[in-house]
Amino acid sequence: MADQIVYIALLIIALSIGISMFRFVKGPSIPDRVVAFDTAGIISISVIVVLAHSFGRLIYVDVALVYGLLSFIGVLVAARYLDRGL
Amino acid sequence: MKLPSIILRVMQHWLVPLLVVVSLFLLLRGHDEPGGGFAGGLMAAAAVILVALAETPTEARRLLRLHPTTLIALGLLVALVAGLIGPLTGKAFLTAVWLKADVGLFYFKAGTPLLFDIGVYLVVVGAVSTFALEIEEAAPLAPDRTGATPAKTDSVEGGAPSKS
Repeated sequence: MADQIVYIALLIIALSIGISMFRFVKGPSIPDRVVAFDTAGIISISVIVVLAHSFGRLIYVDVALVYGLLSFIGVLVAARYLDRGL
Repeated sequence: MKLPSIILRVMQHWLVPLLVVVSLFLLLRGHDEPGGGFAGGLMAAAAVILVALAETPTEARRLLRLHPTTLIALGLLVALVAGLIGPLTGKAFLTAVWLKADVGLFYFKAGTPLLFDIGVYLVVVGAVSTFALEIEEAAPLAPDRTGATPAKTDSVEGGAPSKS
């Protein structure tokens, strides 16, 4: 039963990464692409957590935590670059 | 000069302590589990970058207390001291010397690898903040090169849209 739940979660995650990648490729403007990239990054945090559960490695949750804190700053720097230039 | 958005500045007050705590956590457990001085130092440098973006680079330098180059030198000195403790006990350079103690509830364990990691942490914080702060200070401070951006932010902050 727990395996099925993990498979369903991975399916939903794959679907949402596909949707955000669609916006990343199609997005008419650059901010659209930045937001799509950030969305894909946040979804990949959930990938890490699901893999931490299914591999039984609790240490991966820390990776997800650190990535969640740092992906925010990456998008911030991208937004600042689009606003003012390097 | 115009400061960045209020949302970012309020959020920075909550996020910077969190980033520093997690970076110290990564540093302190680094010799036994994933983490260590390099990863922790990068997180602390991310906190410095966040302050430089949300406030000003000057504010980030004030929070660092020491000049970033001083931090690099201090880190190298700490790493050198960690390496020299090995020869003092009659072993080779950079040999790990551990201090273990059973203090009631806690099992205390510290040694020269931790000291070396602290040195790496200081070097990484100093180097990355040097890069980031120099780039940020060289950048133009206000978005005055494009005519459209100031008018938009004025209408958001001040209520009445200005004439420009």
